[in-house]
Amino acid sequence: MITVNGEKLDFSGTVTELLVVLGYGEKRVAVELNENILPKAEYENTSVSDGDKLEIVRFVGGG
Amino acid sequence: MIPSKEEMYNALAERHGVDFQKKVSSASVTVCGIGGLGSNISISLARAGVGKIHIIDFDRVDISNLNRQQYFPEQLGMYKTDALRETLSRIAPYCEITADCVKLDENNIPELLKDCDIICEAFDNAEAKAVLVNCVLEKLPEKYLVSGSGMAGIDSANTIKTRRVMKKFYICGDGESDVADGTGLYSSRVMVCAGHQAHTILRIISGKYDV
Repeated sequence: MITVNGEKLDFSGTVTELLVVLGYGEKRVAVELNENILPKAEYENTSVSDGDKLEIVRFVGGG
Repeated sequence: MIPSKEEMYNALAERHGVDFQKKVSSASVTVCGIGGLGSNISISLARAGVGKIHIIDFDRVDISNLNRQQYFPEQLGMYKTDALRETLSRIAPYCEITADCVKLDENNIPELLKDCDIICEAFDNAEAKAVLVNCVLEKLPEKYLVSGSGMAGIDSANTIKTRRVMKKFYICGDGESDVADGTGLYSSRVMVCAGHQAHTILRIISGKYDV
């Protein structure tokens, strides 16, 4: 189990795959993995595993 | 005749307290994007007595901006940086205002934003918001960052909130309402979000970091 924005989720795979599962566009997010910002270039090669905590901020348009 | 610097400072200190005014007058904030959010945020900061305000935008004032952005019909066609600088100078004549008429991207963000205490993200485009936030979190992790996301439409103003997402990263808005859904942008609701952002910045300056 991983934790995404405070909610438990049964998932294993890369951050890119996780964003697809959640339906979040990669270009509109910021991802924090275990309290460290994850650079976008690393989404594809970063696997999330049991116990990982992610905070995913999604941006919507308007201002 | 406009009041002296001392008279204006004292009038603010009388209302906000000496301690707050001392902190706010030596603070520097960069506002990235001066549309509906950024123009309102900048005005709140100038009125509160923030010492240095740096405004950044590449756009010109358009008639479609006038429903929510702090520009005047006679300013149509002007660069927003020039137009808002003029307005801010009238509100706070002793505030040190700097402006860059440029489009921010990964290459110029670190250099242009390195000198301020607090960075305010106030773009309208979702992808541009993400670029700025990611770049600041990666390359300028020592900065406080206050972002806005989700203020479109005429839904309740009460759904707009401030969240402290990371230690130095705050986000204001409802997180959901996307202008791309065609719900429009209303001055009042955009100003609620801008108010949250400006207020969060002032709280950080005053040393209150919770939300």
